[in-house]
This record gives sequence, structure tokens and C-alpha cells, in this order.
Amino acid sequence: MDHPTPTIRVQAEDFDLPFEIAALTAGRHDIGAVVTFSGLCRDEQGALSALELEHYPGMAEAEIRRIGALAIERFSLLGLTAVHRYGKIMPGENIVLVIATSPHRQAAFDGANFVMDFLKTSAPFWKKEHAVDGAARDWVSAKDADDQAQEKWQ
Amino acid sequence: MAKLVYFAWVRERIGKAEEEIDIPAGVVTVRDLLNHLRTLGEEYEHALQYPEVIRVAIEQEHVDHSEALGNAREIGIFPPMTGG
Repeated sequence: MDHPTPTIRVQAEDFDLPFEIAALTAGRHDIGAVVTFSGLCRDEQGALSALELEHYPGMAEAEIRRIGALAIERFSLLGLTAVHRYGKIMPGENIVLVIATSPHRQAAFDGANFVMDFLKTSAPFWKKEHAVDGAARDWVSAKDADDQAQEKWQ
Repeated sequence: MAKLVYFAWVRERIGKAEEEIDIPAGVVTVRDLLNHLRTLGEEYEHALQYPEVIRVAIEQEHVDHSEALGNAREIGIFPPMTGG
């Protein structure tokens, strides 16, 4: 069986959830489950004015595409969209989107979860925090919990 | 000649986003390269003083520190990733 090609984008501009869901489901009668994950910038109890996301152009897309292809094969997904933003992102704004579709819910849940866990640890993006007083804070540290989340899929 | 590209705090500490360098004879693996770069100045030493945490990509694909550089054209050097 041919696997679907994931839709992968790395972009500065925002994305639109209903539009992206419709693009995966329009005209199809085989999809029984759509799982959507979106990650937002939070303000860390008012301390954070923005996040600045740096990425490795080219490699960022390629790495998400590789992860997406693994997820499609492993969970027999019917479709997958992943969008990751870069640049300055304010609290409340979107950072990342993953949509997985499948005939039944478990594969779509697992597929979206798998993509996020691998994206966190292997897609080349880095977050820098900006404080409300205008000062650049520091680069966000990688979390052991993210490595452990990825290892559960081994 | 290989193009080195740096990201996040590795880029900030070294003070440039990319540069072309000649890889000296005897620098065979990724680990060798990181150790070589540390000899180029205090800004490199500051960026790479804990080489075990540094991630490296050759031709935009992740590699281990034991990987041979071969005829790499583009080598990315960066901290652990924090996207998503």
C-alpha cells in the first residue's frame, strides 16, 4: 500500500486550524479520527514577553518530514500535517501544529503524540525567552523529560 | 574546505553564524573536529567546553560524535534542540 505524503511546513506566519483540518479531510469518507495538537507560547506566569524561535533552514523541514514518514508507516495514518513556526512569537500565539488522521482514534492519537515527541528532541529548533522588562533572558534548556518521552517509542 | 554553521547559543558564543574552514589532517571524526575548534580561541572554547552536549549534523542529518567527517561540505553544530 502506498503511504500518504505528509504535509510539512516551517514558516514565520501563523496557521489556521480549521483550514488545515479541512485540507486533510475534504472529500474523504475513509477517515474516522482526526487528532489535532497545537502548541502555544505561554507567558510563564507573566514573566515572558515573547519567545524567539531559531531553526536550521532546510534541515528543520527534512527532519520533520522524516519523523512524519515514520509515524505514517508505524501507525498506518491516512494523513499527517505538521507546521512549525519560527521567529518572534508572543504569549497566546501558536508555535506548532500536528494533525493526524486514521480510520480509528488510537492510531491518530498515537501518531500525533509520536510526531511531537520526536519533533521535540530531533527537529532543529531552539527557543530563546524574552523577559517582560525587554531583556533577552536565555535559551530554553533541553529537558530530560522530552528525551524520556521519545524513548518510550523505542 | 567545509562550511560550518552554528545555531542558538553555540552561534552566539562563537560570534558568527557560519564560516568556511580547512579541516586539518588528523581531524577525522566529529569528536576530533569539536576538539580542534576548541583550540581556535576562547570564544570557541566557551561554546564547546562541554562537547558531550553538543549536537552535530553533516549535510543536514544528525550524526554521532564518532562519525567520520569524510568529505562533508556542511557541518551544523548546535545545542540540544528545544522546539515544539
